[in-house]
Amino acid sequence: MKIIKNLFDSLRPSFEEGGKFERYYTAFEAIETFAFVPNHVTHDGAHIKDAIDLKRTMFLVIVATIPALLFGMWNTGHQHFLAVGELVGLGEGLIDKFIFGALKVMPIVIVSYGVGLGVEFAMAVYKRHSVEEGFLVSGMLIPLIMPVEVPLWMVAVATIFAVVIGKEVFGGTGMNILNPALTARAFLFFAYPTKMSGNLVWVSTESKATVDGYSGETLLAQSINSSTDYIDQAGTAYGSVSDTLMAAFMGWVPGSIGETSTLAILIGGGLLLFTGIGSWRIMLSFFLGGLSMSYLFNLWGANPFMEVNPLLQLCMGGFMFGMVFMATDPVSAAQTNMGKWIYGFLAGLLGIMIRVFNPAYPEGIMMGILFMNVMAPLIDHYVVEASINRRMKRVTVTT
Amino acid sequence: MSTEVKTASAAAVIKEPSEPLFSKKNKLLLTDPLNDSNPITVQVLGICSALAITVQVKQALVMSISVLAVMIGGNWIISLIRNIIPSRIRIIVQLVVVASLVILVDQVLKAYVYDVSKALSVFVGLIITNCIIMGRLEAFALANKPWPSILDAIGNAMGYAWILIAVAVVREAFGSGSIMGFKFIPDAWLITNGGFYAHNNMMILPPMALIVVGIIIWIQRAKNTALIEEH
Repeated sequence: MKIIKNLFDSLRPSFEEGGKFERYYTAFEAIETFAFVPNHVTHDGAHIKDAIDLKRTMFLVIVATIPALLFGMWNTGHQHFLAVGELVGLGEGLIDKFIFGALKVMPIVIVSYGVGLGVEFAMAVYKRHSVEEGFLVSGMLIPLIMPVEVPLWMVAVATIFAVVIGKEVFGGTGMNILNPALTARAFLFFAYPTKMSGNLVWVSTESKATVDGYSGETLLAQSINSSTDYIDQAGTAYGSVSDTLMAAFMGWVPGSIGETSTLAILIGGGLLLFTGIGSWRIMLSFFLGGLSMSYLFNLWGANPFMEVNPLLQLCMGGFMFGMVFMATDPVSAAQTNMGKWIYGFLAGLLGIMIRVFNPAYPEGIMMGILFMNVMAPLIDHYVVEASINRRMKRVTVTT
Repeated sequence: MSTEVKTASAAAVIKEPSEPLFSKKNKLLLTDPLNDSNPITVQVLGICSALAITVQVKQALVMSISVLAVMIGGNWIISLIRNIIPSRIRIIVQLVVVASLVILVDQVLKAYVYDVSKALSVFVGLIITNCIIMGRLEAFALANKPWPSILDAIGNAMGYAWILIAVAVVREAFGSGSIMGFKFIPDAWLITNGGFYAHNNMMILPPMALIVVGIIIWIQRAKNTALIEEH
C-alpha cells in the first residue's frame, strides 16, 4: 500500500500545473482516486458525510454482478459441451466448462472495458474535466447481456456508440437519459440482427458437429411454438413445466452470457438491496408489473406464448437481469419514490408485453426499460406537480 | 413559414440600384446558409426528407438537385411577381408556383432517372411542402429583387444539399458498404460469406439519420461557437 502511495506521490508533480504531462492530469487523477479515497474536502454548500463515493458505489455493483458473470462463464462451457454431446451431466467437467467459458467471455469483458474506458479518458482529456466513473458498471453489464458468439469488433462499436451517443452527448455520467449498457445492446440488436438474435448465437459450438435434435434455441424462442414442450440443448424434453422452471431459474439454458441464471442474479440483487444501492421499490414494482402482465396473458391465452406459466415467463430471458441491474440504474430511472413505483411497474409490464406481442423482439425487456427510461423524467415531473398541488391545498393564505 | 426564418434574413430588404452582381451582401446570401444559418442544422427545417432519402448518396444527390431547381425557379418567379401578389392569397400563389415546378421536376426525373425516381417515391411530390422552400419564398423572395432571390435560393439549396449528402455518405458507407453504388467492401469480407464484417443495419433505418444529423450539429456547434444559445 505504502509503495503505491509513494509511486503516486512521486508521479504527481509531472502531472500538476506546469508539469510535463499537465494535459493528462485528469487521467492521472482518475487512476489515483481509483486506488485511494481522495483527500479533497468539500468547502461550501450542503454536503453529505459518508464513506461511500461514486467509485465505491460502482464497485459494489460490479461485485453484485460477479455471481452472474461466474455462472455465465460456466454456463457458456456447459452449453458448448451439451451441444457437442460431451460431459453432458451438470456436475461433470466443472473446471473444463469454466475454463472454456472464461476464454470465451473474458475477451468480451476486456474489449468492453478497454474501448469504453478509452473513450471516457479521451473525452475527459479533450474536455478537460475529471474522468467520470459511470463506465465502470456499464463496462461490466455490456458483456453480460451479449450473446457469447458476438464478434468482438461489434462489442467495440456498440460500446463506442453507447458511451458517445448514449452518454457523452448529454453531458457525461449522471446526465444520460438512456441506460448506456442497454443502449449498446439495442444498437447491436438493430444494427447486426443476425449476430444478436436467432438460434446460432447463444451457444458457441466452435463449428464442431452437434448432437442430433440440437437447435440452439433459447427458451423464449421455444415458447413461441409451445408453452409446455421445452427441449434442452441435448435434445431431450424437460419432463414438466416445473423441470423447465428449475432449469430457467438455475440458468443452465442458452441465453446471453449473464442473464440465464435467475439465482445468480438474485444473489447480486440481494447485495444491492442490502447495501441500499439498488432501489427495492423499482425491483418490486418491476417484478409485479411483469407478473401481472403474464397473468393477464394467461387469462387471454390466444397463443402458446401467452399461456406460458407466469413464473417461467419471468425466469426466461432478460427479465430478472433487467430488473436487478438495468431498471435500477439510478441515473436513468425515475427519482421520486412514487415515480419509481410507476416506472418499475410499467417497465416490467411493457417488457413482457413487447416480448409476447412481437416475437421478432424476443428481448422486449430491453425495449421496455429503454422506453421507460425516456418516460422517467415525465413521470417525475407529474409526481412532483401532484405533490405541490396537494400541499398547495393545505396552504392557508393569511393577509 | 416560421418566424425564425423571417428574422434570420430580414436584413437585405432594399438595395441600391447600381449594386455589383457579387457584392459583399450578395455573397453572404450564398455562403451564410452553408453554415451560420443552415436550413437543416440551424433552422431545423426540411428534416423529414433528410431522414427519408439519405440511405443512398445517389438518391440524396438527385433530391438535392431537384430541390435546387425548384428553389431557384420558385424564388425567381415569386420575386418577379412579388409586387402584384395580393398579400392575402400569397401562400396559395406560392403553392401554385412551387407545385408546378415540382411536377416539372418529377416528370424530368421519371424520364431520365426512373430508378431513382421510384426510390424517392412520394418525396419528390413532397418537395412542395418542404419547409425550406416555403420559408425562403415567404421570408426572402417576397421582399427582394430577382437576382438576390436566386442567390438566396442557391445558397439555401446548397446548405440543404451538403447536409443531405454528408448524411447519405455516412449511411451508405456503413449501411451498404458502398458510395454512389460503388462497393468498397468486398463481398468476401461479409459474415454471410465466411468473413468477419457485417453491414450496419441500423444505418438503413431512419433513426440513424437523425443521429447522424445530430452528430453533424454537434460538430458544427463545437467549431462555430456563435451558434450556441445562451441559457
